[in-house]
Amino acid sequence: MMTVIAAHGLRKEFTVRVKVGWLRRDRRTVAAVDGVDLAIERGEMVGYIGPNGAGKSTTLKMLTGVLTPTAGQISVCGFSPVRQRTRLARRIGVVFGQRSQLWWDLPLRESFDLLRHIYRVPPAEHAVRLRRCRSLLDLDEFLDTPVRQLSLGQRMRGELTAALLHGPEVLFLDEPTIGLDVVSKQAVRGFLAELGATGDVTLMLTTHDLADIEKLCRRLLVIDHGRVVHDGTIEALHARYGSRRRVVVELESPEAPPEVPGATLTVVSPLRFEYDLTGATAGELLVRLAGLPIRDVSIVEPDIEDVVARLYTGVPVTDAP
Amino acid sequence: MRAYWALLRGQARSQTSYRLSFAIDFVSNVWATVLDVFTVFVLFGVTRSLGGLDLREALVVTGMSACAFATGDMLVGNIERITLYVRTGRFDAVLVRPLRALPQLVLLDLPLHKLSRAAFGTTVYLVALGAADVAWTPSRVLLAVVAPVGGVVFFGAVFVITASVAFWWTESGEFGNAFTYGGRDFTSYPISVYSGWFRNAFAYGLGFAFVSYYPALALLGKPDPIGLPGWVGWLAPLVALPATAAAALIWRAGLRRYTSTGS
Repeated sequence: MMTVIAAHGLRKEFTVRVKVGWLRRDRRTVAAVDGVDLAIERGEMVGYIGPNGAGKSTTLKMLTGVLTPTAGQISVCGFSPVRQRTRLARRIGVVFGQRSQLWWDLPLRESFDLLRHIYRVPPAEHAVRLRRCRSLLDLDEFLDTPVRQLSLGQRMRGELTAALLHGPEVLFLDEPTIGLDVVSKQAVRGFLAELGATGDVTLMLTTHDLADIEKLCRRLLVIDHGRVVHDGTIEALHARYGSRRRVVVELESPEAPPEVPGATLTVVSPLRFEYDLTGATAGELLVRLAGLPIRDVSIVEPDIEDVVARLYTGVPVTDAP
Repeated sequence: MRAYWALLRGQARSQTSYRLSFAIDFVSNVWATVLDVFTVFVLFGVTRSLGGLDLREALVVTGMSACAFATGDMLVGNIERITLYVRTGRFDAVLVRPLRALPQLVLLDLPLHKLSRAAFGTTVYLVALGAADVAWTPSRVLLAVVAPVGGVVFFGAVFVITASVAFWWTESGEFGNAFTYGGRDFTSYPISVYSGWFRNAFAYGLGFAFVSYYPALALLGKPDPIGLPGWVGWLAPLVALPATAAAALIWRAGLRRYTSTGS
């Protein structure tokens, strides 16, 4: 394993002016990123999530050499991002949803051609990568349209292609699916999943759409107030914040549900009740229910949105059981 | 180098995709310089001598200034659009490319329609040189070429310095114009027409006297009424060097300070 992205004690402060009187303004220092440590291995797909203003974009901008950190060390592909910005730029691909890499007035095809020169990609390699993107992202129908006339979904597919034509080792995506319709979202996710499956590309993405994370990322970094509050799998997040799988039982005729150790019972109606699994497995529970006139049983996976919403609103959550 | 060429190609293709507006810009850009020259003629309608120079001699100063400014403005002037890039955060997209930021910004929006103005400025300079009584020597020919080139570099540096202010002061607005367009107006006339602290600050403090006035004096073989020795004119183009160094330092400091915008 090779660490591709490493950061230690990463910190970024901004100065904001706050109005305190009619004319007086105070300068206040705010830490957007406040001591973040990261270690991401080659081929990992990491979701970086957190509420608005948590410091996600700021972290990404420091990792890509756009912003100079106030403190801390960073190494991406072995480079120091700000000092070796142009050399690092050849090795990474960046999609900042709101910052286009494409030429507004030119057809998509020409932007790709210009980028080939800018990144000095051999024509053969460029052609192979472009062909792959064209088929996976369905670019052909709008390849000759000026970028200013593309829909957001089409442009986003163009941006993704633009970020990949030089064969980057690391891909940073800031909100790649924001504002896209369902079809475009699926196209983008499917494409990224395929990319991640090769194992060569390391991917770090920020998003508010947790479906992105569930489909793509095995590892999740949650940041809040500039600090990493969770680093691990989605399952670990559920375990830590006490989200439970739930078994929903529907009966043919009314019957009293049994108490089962390791599961919390909620009676919804005489014919319907639910168990939150707090220790028992679904199998153990079903064995205990064997004698009932069951019509239907469904197992509901915990919803990551609930966990994250609780994280975002700052409601204290119980620690790991 | 090929990479920067690609940027230029992209810009040329983008601009010419709006053909009519390009043509209008191309033609209308000449007017600013026409007016500058016209102003000199008007001044000589009321006086026979301006700061010790007659009309043809004064036109050498104006022509050299116009040539240097118009060319510098075409090549580097659009760096002032950095305020837009910084304010909107579009500068992020510039910084994630494997190219240096300054040449990228300059080439990304290179205003090719200003080519007409640079050509007109150069024509005025050449005509003025032909009309004035210059006792041509090999060294004067060299100076006649080097001086406007130094002026282009000098104005380029001024554009970069004033644009860098955007990194500290996002809404810098018209502040920079005082030094860029103000500098052009200052260098259009013999500096001996100005006086007091204003002349000293602009001419010597900021170095604008060495862009067109002193090189023109050396070309024309005229003494300086302010009293600087004759060799000053020959060394004047060197003022581009400290200006460039200052521009590079300020630009780099600005880049480090860039704070982007939320997204």
